[in-house]
Amino acid sequence: MAHDTPEKIRSHAEHEYLKKKRSTEMRHQLTSFAIMIFLTLIAFTMVAAGFSAYLIVPIILLLAAVQVVLQLYHFMHLSNKGHGTVAFFMFSGMFVAFITVLALVTIVWW
Amino acid sequence: MDLNKRYTAQSWPDHPETATLEGKNKFVGFWLLLAAETVTFASLFATYLALKDRGPDGSEFTAAGLFELPLVFAMTMILLTSSLTSVYAMYHMKNHNFKAMQAWLGITVLLGLTFLGLEIYEFNHYVHLGFGYTTSAFSSAFFTLVGTHGAHVLFGLSWFIALMIRNSKRGLNMYNAPKFYLAALYWHFIDVVWVFIFTVVYLMGVIG
Repeated sequence: MAHDTPEKIRSHAEHEYLKKKRSTEMRHQLTSFAIMIFLTLIAFTMVAAGFSAYLIVPIILLLAAVQVVLQLYHFMHLSNKGHGTVAFFMFSGMFVAFITVLALVTIVWW
Repeated sequence: MDLNKRYTAQSWPDHPETATLEGKNKFVGFWLLLAAETVTFASLFATYLALKDRGPDGSEFTAAGLFELPLVFAMTMILLTSSLTSVYAMYHMKNHNFKAMQAWLGITVLLGLTFLGLEIYEFNHYVHLGFGYTTSAFSSAFFTLVGTHGAHVLFGLSWFIALMIRNSKRGLNMYNAPKFYLAALYWHFIDVVWVFIFTVVYLMGVIG
């Protein structure tokens, strides 16, 4: 590991630019958070309001999926550069997860 | 490169978590773990869905009769907020502001502890009602799924606390930056799982 990261001191301008970039990113994270809270509120309100289960179930599952995408892509930076391999791992995991749930549920219900 | 070398905000790399070979390896290995954990939880979710409201005994306990939304709503908001506070911690980590990072991690830990306390209260309440681990197939599947998530919360909290104490005098360096980053990733993953738990177990449970 002797020489895999030569130390680099940034110029003042570059430093300020990076700081600004990070604070813009942080504002986007706050927006994601607000959306997640909003989606959660919709899901709980729909159930509390007592709409038909056939209407609620697909919608709250969709809201959960959107929220998970926000977590993965924004909070966990899955869309950032250098995340190709790990995104492949994660999607493989999700694919196996989907098949697992599908298989067990269909075996029991039919 | 000396891992314990001191950095300033100006010499701190843009992506300290993957700036070293060790950090890169940890990053890839940890995501592989998260992918495997996804499958673990999927099998527990599938078991729960298959055994929901099934006996043979204890059929007086159903998801619709048992679960109460206000508590679950509070737990959801607390865990979601703790996910944001750990994002703040990582924001300060990238700015090489160790004190601010520790402070936000401290808030994250407090929120996590509150969540865990509410979960213990909930489980205790169910057991007092007579809904124990061995009451029915439904109860076993429920406690295994939600309990495994709770165990992950406990592990995540211990991880944060251990990192905060171990590195309290050390400050941020190339050695511990990847560790903090991965602990935060783990915490987000716990929240991802909870999103499905509150939707599939509690909300869909209350509907019936």
